[in-house]
Amino acid sequence: MNFPFLSVITFTPLVAALLILLLPAQRKNEARAVALGAAVIALLLSFCVYFNYDQAAGGYQFIEKYNWLPALGISLYFGVDGMSTPLVLLTGVVMFTGVLISWGDDDKRVMAGIQDRPREFFAFLFILAWGVFGVFVSLDLFMLFFFYEIAVFPMYLLIAIWGWVVTREYAAMKLTLYLFLGSVISLVGVLIMYWVQYQNTGVLSFDMLEMEKAGFSQTFQNIWFLPVFLGFAVLGGIWPFHNWSPDGHVAAPTAVSMFHAGVLMKLGAFAALRVGIMLLPQGAVTWKWLIMFFAAVAVVYGAYIAFVQTDFKYMVGFSSVSHMGLVMLGFSTLNREGLLGSGLQMFSHGVMTALFFAVVGMIYDRAHTRQIPELGGMNKVMSFAAIGFIIGGLVSMGMPGFSGFVAEFPIFLGVWREQWLVAVISSISIVITAAYIMRNIRQVFFSDLPEKLDGHLTDVTVLDKVAITTLCLFMILIGLFPGFMVPMVETGVENILRLLGGT
Amino acid sequence: MFTSTMFASILPEILILVIGLLILVVEPFWKEEKRRNVGWLTAGGLLGAMVISLIFARPGEPISTLGGMVRFDWLGFFFKMLFMFAGAATALLLMDNEKVGHRGEGYLLLLASLIGMNLMAASADLVMLYLAIETASIPLYVLAGFLLADDRSTEAGFKYLLFGALTSTVMLYGFSLLFGFAGTTDLYQLAGMLRTGDLSLVTAFGVLALILVGIGFKVSIVPFHFWAPDVYEGSPTPVAGFLSTASKAAGFAVLTRLFIVSFPDLAPSWTAVLAVLAAITMTVGNLLALPQTNIKRLLAFSSVAHAGYVLIGVIALTQLGVASVVFYLAAYILTNLLAFGIVMAFSRVTGLEDITDYAGMSRRNPGLALMMLAAFLSLAGMPPFGGFVAKVVVFAAGIQAGYVWLVVIGIINSVIGVYFYLNVLKYVYLYRMPDQDEEKHPVPLTPPYTIALAVLVFGVILIGTLFAPWFSWSDAAALNLF
Repeated sequence: MNFPFLSVITFTPLVAALLILLLPAQRKNEARAVALGAAVIALLLSFCVYFNYDQAAGGYQFIEKYNWLPALGISLYFGVDGMSTPLVLLTGVVMFTGVLISWGDDDKRVMAGIQDRPREFFAFLFILAWGVFGVFVSLDLFMLFFFYEIAVFPMYLLIAIWGWVVTREYAAMKLTLYLFLGSVISLVGVLIMYWVQYQNTGVLSFDMLEMEKAGFSQTFQNIWFLPVFLGFAVLGGIWPFHNWSPDGHVAAPTAVSMFHAGVLMKLGAFAALRVGIMLLPQGAVTWKWLIMFFAAVAVVYGAYIAFVQTDFKYMVGFSSVSHMGLVMLGFSTLNREGLLGSGLQMFSHGVMTALFFAVVGMIYDRAHTRQIPELGGMNKVMSFAAIGFIIGGLVSMGMPGFSGFVAEFPIFLGVWREQWLVAVISSISIVITAAYIMRNIRQVFFSDLPEKLDGHLTDVTVLDKVAITTLCLFMILIGLFPGFMVPMVETGVENILRLLGGT
Repeated sequence: MFTSTMFASILPEILILVIGLLILVVEPFWKEEKRRNVGWLTAGGLLGAMVISLIFARPGEPISTLGGMVRFDWLGFFFKMLFMFAGAATALLLMDNEKVGHRGEGYLLLLASLIGMNLMAASADLVMLYLAIETASIPLYVLAGFLLADDRSTEAGFKYLLFGALTSTVMLYGFSLLFGFAGTTDLYQLAGMLRTGDLSLVTAFGVLALILVGIGFKVSIVPFHFWAPDVYEGSPTPVAGFLSTASKAAGFAVLTRLFIVSFPDLAPSWTAVLAVLAAITMTVGNLLALPQTNIKRLLAFSSVAHAGYVLIGVIALTQLGVASVVFYLAAYILTNLLAFGIVMAFSRVTGLEDITDYAGMSRRNPGLALMMLAAFLSLAGMPPFGGFVAKVVVFAAGIQAGYVWLVVIGIINSVIGVYFYLNVLKYVYLYRMPDQDEEKHPVPLTPPYTIALAVLVFGVILIGTLFAPWFSWSDAAALNLF
């Protein structure tokens, strides 16, 4: 490949963010147009990467390497494998739909989207996207870390400035401190790995492909796996460090919730996999039961808490904890089926939860309440959103024919192979999920429209419909035609299994 | 015999002196309202001096010149360039500070202090070192108390003077003991003399402690930090910025050179002490920054905390450690000057310095708010700003040297730091003015601020993204000590 796809994808959001900041503050529509343009470019390029990835060859492709700081072995080293390619595509999709959802309307007929300082909003959102793309494509540990931190700090501003007035300050600070603490704990582990590698091999390098061969001793891996893995997994919403996540989801503005649940949590899971499991595989084998326990608790507990929520957005937030628990559960099996399922679940949940938050945001913007008992009959005014939510709900329940089934089935299969009891217990979550999704679909979309809301509601905009359609298409596509993504993820899983030494 | 090497080794100081003399000659002939332009002259002159030094006075192999008084090496040279840059930025920031910047004396004192700092970074002899420290300090005492009509400024100047005089006397006593034991004042011969002599550990340790008092005051490590908040709060803001950056970096330049070159044999004892001091400094600085309501006091405690981070690099005692110190200080100088510059620009228009007064700033001047974002996130150690790379390199050096516990304390502290830095940004971006009429209260910038702040913010981002050249320079400087 001569065209530097990955660096162009990664730096498109940054360039867009700078361009947007250079615009005068009152040119709101120009800021939105630049944002949309950049999002489309990034989406198209991630499609290019996805379809040009040679699945037969596997391994890391689209490699680009530029020496950045040779004295310390830091390089700008990009490449994607079967695990990260779907996530790059996911980021492209969520970015595109996120921009559409936040378009805003200056004459304020509907309080949808972002009206207050859209220039800053899109700039911060795109700096976030820059970091996200960077993490998914980096093969250099320092750069991975660099981008990881970039993905964390704009969240604070995005939530604190444009979030839900009641809890935004608290939630934003809580989220930032949680994530920053997690990441710096990982940083210590990463730096120690760096020096131990230097002692073992005499090579001073942050290159992760080199680090895989560094020969960390069993004791070293046992000690450092947990801090590194859990430090990153905090962003993946792993129980018992998930507490920031629902608060953050609820307080964030719609597009940020989509990014946050859809992409950022995958960032944590992916980094935990990439750095924790792939660089310290023996440590992962040692601690897999603990991770499995945490994940299983997250799956069931998250679903149960989602069940009892009366706030629509909290419900979706806790369902994210539950579904991300499934990703971690898949990781903890360390076998082919579990990892494959986790790879697919990351994409599937990303699209699904982005859709959920988009629909919840649309409803809240119009009804000005998220209390489920106060809502009703939304199907009459925004049937398009209702259809979208139902499709998302079916994915969430793991209904065959949708991406959720393709992703969750292998996870449970993998868990069963390790410990059938965990599989049985965590499958309870499917029942609970089905219960709360069905109940809410009935209450919010199909019961009678409350008098208070009658006549005040408007249908979703065309841009919203485009966003919903895009997200739904992916969920149905993967459900009906798993070949779209399964072989891709399998190549990535092969690579991880190789590192685990055929376990 | 005065050779060209001797000349080159103090060329930057000679050029600064020339600028100072030029100001003395020119300023009295300018009209009252034009005297502010001395700032342009100072800043331009310093930049010119940097360029000339970079062309004609670049060091080669490290060498002691001028009778062993001055060391001519990259470590000193890199610090000199940093100080002169900081001086130029401070001169620009002073220009629109009416009570200081509209007279020539302020600039002259700044230049005099710069000469001292430059010599601090380069001195290779205890006598020279002491002279340099005093040359750097005395003008700063005057600058801190420059606003005679303002009680807080007078208090700041007096407090700074008392603390400074006391600690430097203690340090001088340490120097004299050192001379008595070793029989030489040359830093580069001290190590050999102390090795051959039969100095007991307790005595050596006592001497080191005395010297540490003086340097600890300069770099404001706990327990010698008490002056910092009061002095920063009271002195004119650009002066506070200069104190917290160049003056602190000069202290670290002395600390690294003196301790690594002159006391290698005593390393186990003084690194242990410094490690504990670093941990306390970071923790105290960050914890005391939490309850602050005045932005200058907040920055003062944050600068105490940053001194703690830098110490990790010093005690690593490796080439990477020293490189990380130099790199950290470079990033920190840019960042903190930016922060103080913004505080100055804001209080010049509004006259306010409390954190709550920053409410609604992102609507009053979006550009200034963005710069503040860059400055505070860099202080918090977030990419893509300089503070992030600096912190990672310092922590990497600490871990390489085996100080994992210290690095863990460091990262916990940086999480505390994130809290109060973000808290300031919350006022800037989230809160609004009481009447929500930000449009009627713009915060305009004058040309000197625009130039200085733009250069600084550009530097902060540059050092955080294209960090390779900066690190190579830091590494080259560090190489001179090993």
